[in-house]
Amino acid sequence: MSHENLPASPVEFEGVRRPGAAARRRYWKSLDELAKTPAFMDFLHREFPEQASMFEDEKGRREFLTLMGASLALAGLTACTKQPEERILPYVRQPEALVPGRPLFFATAASHDGYARGLLVESHEGRPTKVEGNPDHPASLGATDSFGQAHVLGLYDPDRSKAVLYLGQLRTWGDFRAALREPLAKLKAKGGAGLRFLTGRVTSPTLAAQMQELLQSMPAAKWVSWEPVSRDNTRAGAVMAFGEPVEPQYRFDQADVILSLEADFVSGHPASLRLVREFASRRRGGSELAAMNRLYVVEGSPTLTGASADHRLALRSSAIEGFARAVAAGCGLPASGAVAHDWVAPLVKDLKRAGSKALVLAGESQPPAVHALAHAINEALGAIGTTVSYTAPAEAQPGGETAALAALVDEMRQGQVEMLVVLGANPVYAAPADLKLVEALDKVPFRVHHGLTVDETAGRVHWHLPASHPLESWGDLRAVDGTATIVQPLIAPLYHTLSEIEVLDAFARAEGTPKGYDVVRAHWRTPLGASDFEARWNRALNDGVVAGSAFPAKAVKARASTIPAPAAAAAASLEVAFRPDPSVFDGRFANLGWLQELPKPLTKVTWDNLALVSPKTAAELGGVATEQTARGHVTEVAELSLDGRTLKAPLWVLPGHADGVVTLHLGYGRTRAGQIGNGTGFDAYALRTSSAPWTASGLQVRKTGETARIACTQDHWTIEQPEHQQAHERHVVRSVTRDELAKDEHVVHKLGHVPDPGLSLYPPVEYKGHAWGMTIDMSACVGCNACVTACQSENNVPVVGKEQVARGREMHWIRVDRYYAGAPENPETFHQPIPCMQCENAPCEVVCPVAATVHSDEGLNDMVYNRCVGTRYCSNNCPYKVRRFNFLLYQDWDTPTFKMQRNPEVTVRSRGVMEKCTYCVQRISRARIDAKNQGREMKDGDVVTACEAACPAQAIVFGDVNDKTSRVAKLKADPRNYALLAELQTKPRTTYLAAVRNPNPEIPGASGQDERHG
Amino acid sequence: MASDERVVHPVIGPGHTFGSVTDKIASLVLTKKTPIGWFVGFAISFSLLMVMLVTVAHLLFTGIGIWGNNIPIGWAFDIINFVWWIGIGHAGTLISAILLLLKQQWRTSINRFAEAMTLFAVACAGMFPILHMGRSWIGFYWLMPYPNTMGLWPNFKSPLIWDVFAVSTYATVSALFWYVGLIPDLATLRDRAQNQLVKVVYGFFAVGWRGSARHWANYEIAYLILAGLSTPLVLSVHTVVSFDFSAGIVPGWHATIFPPYFVAGAIYAGFAMVLTLAIPLRKAYGLEDFITMRHIENMAKVMLATSLIVAYGYSMEAFMAWYSGNTYERFMMWNRMFGPYGWSYWLLIFCNVFVINTLWIKKLRTNTVYLFVVSLIVGVGMWLERFVIIVTSLHRDFLPSSWGSYRGTPWDYSMFFGTIGLFLTLFFLFIRFLPTISIFEMRTLVPAATGEEKKS
Amino acid sequence: MSAPLYGLLAEFHAPEEIVKAAEGVHAAGYRKVDAYTPYPMEEVLDALHLHETHVPKLALAGGLLGMAGGWALQYWTQVIAYPMNIGGRPSYAWPAFVVPTFETTILGAALCTVLGMLLLNGFPQPYHPVFNVKSFATASRDRFFLCVESSDPRFDLEQTRELLRKLGAYEVSEVTP
Repeated sequence: MSHENLPASPVEFEGVRRPGAAARRRYWKSLDELAKTPAFMDFLHREFPEQASMFEDEKGRREFLTLMGASLALAGLTACTKQPEERILPYVRQPEALVPGRPLFFATAASHDGYARGLLVESHEGRPTKVEGNPDHPASLGATDSFGQAHVLGLYDPDRSKAVLYLGQLRTWGDFRAALREPLAKLKAKGGAGLRFLTGRVTSPTLAAQMQELLQSMPAAKWVSWEPVSRDNTRAGAVMAFGEPVEPQYRFDQADVILSLEADFVSGHPASLRLVREFASRRRGGSELAAMNRLYVVEGSPTLTGASADHRLALRSSAIEGFARAVAAGCGLPASGAVAHDWVAPLVKDLKRAGSKALVLAGESQPPAVHALAHAINEALGAIGTTVSYTAPAEAQPGGETAALAALVDEMRQGQVEMLVVLGANPVYAAPADLKLVEALDKVPFRVHHGLTVDETAGRVHWHLPASHPLESWGDLRAVDGTATIVQPLIAPLYHTLSEIEVLDAFARAEGTPKGYDVVRAHWRTPLGASDFEARWNRALNDGVVAGSAFPAKAVKARASTIPAPAAAAAASLEVAFRPDPSVFDGRFANLGWLQELPKPLTKVTWDNLALVSPKTAAELGGVATEQTARGHVTEVAELSLDGRTLKAPLWVLPGHADGVVTLHLGYGRTRAGQIGNGTGFDAYALRTSSAPWTASGLQVRKTGETARIACTQDHWTIEQPEHQQAHERHVVRSVTRDELAKDEHVVHKLGHVPDPGLSLYPPVEYKGHAWGMTIDMSACVGCNACVTACQSENNVPVVGKEQVARGREMHWIRVDRYYAGAPENPETFHQPIPCMQCENAPCEVVCPVAATVHSDEGLNDMVYNRCVGTRYCSNNCPYKVRRFNFLLYQDWDTPTFKMQRNPEVTVRSRGVMEKCTYCVQRISRARIDAKNQGREMKDGDVVTACEAACPAQAIVFGDVNDKTSRVAKLKADPRNYALLAELQTKPRTTYLAAVRNPNPEIPGASGQDERHG
Repeated sequence: MASDERVVHPVIGPGHTFGSVTDKIASLVLTKKTPIGWFVGFAISFSLLMVMLVTVAHLLFTGIGIWGNNIPIGWAFDIINFVWWIGIGHAGTLISAILLLLKQQWRTSINRFAEAMTLFAVACAGMFPILHMGRSWIGFYWLMPYPNTMGLWPNFKSPLIWDVFAVSTYATVSALFWYVGLIPDLATLRDRAQNQLVKVVYGFFAVGWRGSARHWANYEIAYLILAGLSTPLVLSVHTVVSFDFSAGIVPGWHATIFPPYFVAGAIYAGFAMVLTLAIPLRKAYGLEDFITMRHIENMAKVMLATSLIVAYGYSMEAFMAWYSGNTYERFMMWNRMFGPYGWSYWLLIFCNVFVINTLWIKKLRTNTVYLFVVSLIVGVGMWLERFVIIVTSLHRDFLPSSWGSYRGTPWDYSMFFGTIGLFLTLFFLFIRFLPTISIFEMRTLVPAATGEEKKS
Repeated sequence: MSAPLYGLLAEFHAPEEIVKAAEGVHAAGYRKVDAYTPYPMEEVLDALHLHETHVPKLALAGGLLGMAGGWALQYWTQVIAYPMNIGGRPSYAWPAFVVPTFETTILGAALCTVLGMLLLNGFPQPYHPVFNVKSFATASRDRFFLCVESSDPRFDLEQTRELLRKLGAYEVSEVTP
């Protein structure tokens, strides 16, 4: 999207932009007639040339105006008259190549918990519609997670903050500047004493520089950066071991043996996407069997990392330090307080065998000592330099975040803070309960909040300032390894909003309208070098990374001696563990329907958080009765109390959970998230204290006798139910050990009966030309759900809400089935993503009375929406149950912003129609057209389905089965390859690679080998 | 004929003449005053019908979601009710066609309203295949083979299309059969009506019937041919309906036993419904002379016989599930008996297998009150049979991950009871305005006709 | 008697009477005779030799038409007009076509049977001279009538009336057209 052809200043809107009630009144009633002024029409023509055709007929224009409603709405018309002169560069094509109907891709980055995740954003006629990963970005490598996918929904969230508010009243930026001037001047005079900034974790070089500048001009002012999901322990552990807060950079592709001490690198690490890629690269089908890595996980609350482990030990968090010390002692380190465990000996042996190819990592939920031990063990094993290296931390203020917040709250309580500026943080909701932040906050005479939504904090400040979405604003971010990305906007701000950089600029310079573009460019002139700046700037925008900006490795020396003796062992009382939610993280994503409705990887629960307990703990609590009904799962509610604070939470039994621990996920129970997020789940922050942010003991649990209705997409796990025994008998999941496979490469096929393909009354159909197919590698899949959200975003899949999910009407085109094997105390977990199998003998097609689902000559099981009359016979007859039906009008036809979000290449389905995965047929067509235009055959990799593109583990491979050189054809020839329910002769085009695990035979009771299922 | 001597009860009460038969039956229609009971019954039925209309309106405006259906249970009450109603229809055709060919005189007095019952049941059944569709407003004609603008045609491989042909043919032929049987009686009503308007109306539908020998010659052969055509048709209809399931691959559906077992079940349910209607009807209108104990008992015997076939069906399903050694089939049967919906299976066995076997005892078989209760129980049992086949098979099929559960919503129930309202409303109108018993065929049974010349 | 009569209508009270009369009239060589009875009587048909009927032929024709039409419809739509790959089955999946063909066969036969019967009987026919005789209304109740039509060459008002009386008619009335 290039704007150079737009008027410099659209005077025709001045009247409307003028602040004051009158202007607002006029704005409300005058939108229409104003929109018809020739100037406006002319302006629209110029801003949206490809839309011009719409204006030839009256109706077309009205449609267009409703479409634009979002950008015209509330924000004041100034929003759509902003004239950025900035140039941004498309990833692959120059803007002037813009062809209506052809999407462009732009490289940018979005922050997750402060750290950059590189993105390529797909833009249709200037509307960002879909997020992909940036292959050139070290923290993405082309993959995304569900959060990354959901950014585009966040941009179009109708509940976004659209205007400046003073005590909830509409104001303008001008009003704010005026109100700020005098008190700021006073503070400046005092060198900034009493001025406090509270931000989230900041890795943005520009923002950090702005802050430093401010603090230099006002030495007495303070800046606190804080995230509810802090990394304080990680930093403190590094300081303990090395004397400085260095960032460990892991290299899983180098590691043969990995020991994770509650480190959830699959979903809880700033570099998760890269780590999963590297981890899977040593396990997936086609990789060398002998080179397969081995993962040990010791954890209290089950995570996806534990689910991917070859050996998983369920220990409550507080007991892991003792275990770690035992391992350290085994590695010859002076570690007191070791707690013996029959795992330690074989584990240490395995680690030593791997030597420099071993890797030990500790999770944030573990105390600094465990981190320090991990560093020391790595050094003792000689792993530093091969599997792990250390660099400077990416954030401007590493570590001590919670302590800093606590100090700030103290100052506020003592009335030392005169002006508090909160940028992109939501402390009122997420601050530790013991700080009693709210009452302290009310003592501050001038409070400002800048954020994307009018959230809990916005509700307790004087001034709320609407923030621009990252896809709307200029900025920059660092990945965890230091690599910097310049964040470029995909669209002019939909509403009259400013970015953090622009707001800070307003504090630095009392006059002039702030321009993020200028600030960011100004900052990068030095690092990029004055000479030939433009070229490098363009290159950086184009690539989405600033070349060579990654931090160099530091030479560090671990000092095991500094590790203190363990604190007195925790009392045997019930423990509570606080963890970020797999779907809505710390709560910032609570208003995004895609994420709320995303089944949590292990519980498969949507729209709620739960109090998770192990089967044994549940029994100790007098049993937890959870019943599956046709209106959702009904489970018991308990009252949890921790030193005087209480909350009510639904209890849920989770296999593999450590005994004596209750896990609570953060991020729910929000009161001002928006119409989607409000009132879902319970607020676990109510029990969380600054002293024990991850694990606290002394929890009291009392069943209240109430019950709660939970929307769970997969049958709830209980021992009575025949589900898992059936999954076993049906060979749905097939898993073997590395040694079994090495011994007999046909072991996978022997697990189930494969009928003779010739067994048919009819002659087989020949597929000449392309024959699309897919393989899904269950050894690589970590169950992260990225594919589900990617599919939802690509294919305009609607969100149906908790009540409908509870009735079994969720709409996801691809789902990730979760199966357990072995004893419920510590089972093996398997993830099986299920899209449409595209059966060659599709049972669904035969029974459709109107031929609304038929086969294409490339073997796709096409769904013809406008022919479908909705008998649901196809779904009944689908053995994989991948078809989804619009029982009600699930699509939101009214909200204008959602109309902008939808993928124009995919039909938006309405009520009464069946829908399902199409192998992203729109992408196949686009690739075919491109190939045709370039006068060549389609080649392997031309078509990448949305799920395949998002998958960090590269578990999903799509391609032409007829092309024997394609990756998918090779994988289908792999001995691990098997078809689901092959005995039904449906001849599915989607097949699976059996899960291969690499257990260590010396580990006692190696997790469920004997009663392995599937 | 030979069988006549042996029977205990006559097929018609003593002392009847051509005149008395004619007057008695015609009077039900032409009599000045309608019994108060009729108005009460009609009012109740009609209000139930209104409930159905409200449900249909809500359904069309809001969507299938008002029902309990979900994924995996894509079909539930909608198709259960369809199969139940269409099954009930079968007895009418069976009585009028097959018993005619078998020269069973006793059919004569019950075939007329049994056929009416068929038509009304088919009317109720016919609504569900249309209304169960997500987009019924287009579905109802897109299932027809007509050249649409895109040149698309229905998929003749789909059992649902077979249904369209089977059910529409069945409805048409039953209507023709019924009307042809009515013509001579309409003539009677025409000739006996006092009121000129009534005369004209009946006269119109009597198309000028004079009872001429030439008419009778063509008429009798046509009636026989229709009977001959209806016989294979009635057997085919429920066979085709059973294909909806047996042509699918769902465990619990994919069974070769289905066609015979569905047809038997249909006849079973149908005769139950005939009894449910006949027993009160003969009491209310004092038709004991025409619908005698012989009729009642014969119908009871037919029910008993068909119940045994159905019971055999149940046992074969269980046996094949075990004998096949197929894990899906075995689990399906286990789940059907002991799963979350086990209660429905055992209740069905109680209704359709245990209760009915008390009819071996003549005393009970000839007790109309007891029979009436039994016929109601059988009606419930046959509905449960379809519930078991559809819901319990779908709710746990191949992939354990996608198992679900089902419960009907109030709208499911209002739809079901609404169709009962439709059925009864039509039936009340029928007994008020048309001869519920075939007059001209009854004439052939009076002594004057049978006494001298032996004819059937 | 200015206007020519349609015929003479004799009324009988019992089935056996009408049979006797019918035989008598036929024996007397009358051919343009028709009997009106409240229910179908084989004997009367025998007596008047009224047995030939074309309804079965029509039924057969209708059935064959329905069968051919049904199969042709399916073959043309599925194989010629718009062939599609449905579930990997060939377009000409004949086993699937059997069911609709069966139904169309029955439908064709039934329609032709009923329409044939009505047309062969000359229906609909709201007016007929015999309706002019007051007592004829009882023909649809319990009376039996025999009508000798004036178009019969042997018809002679007096002789015919005499014959009918002899054959036991309770009443003989003239039928005006």
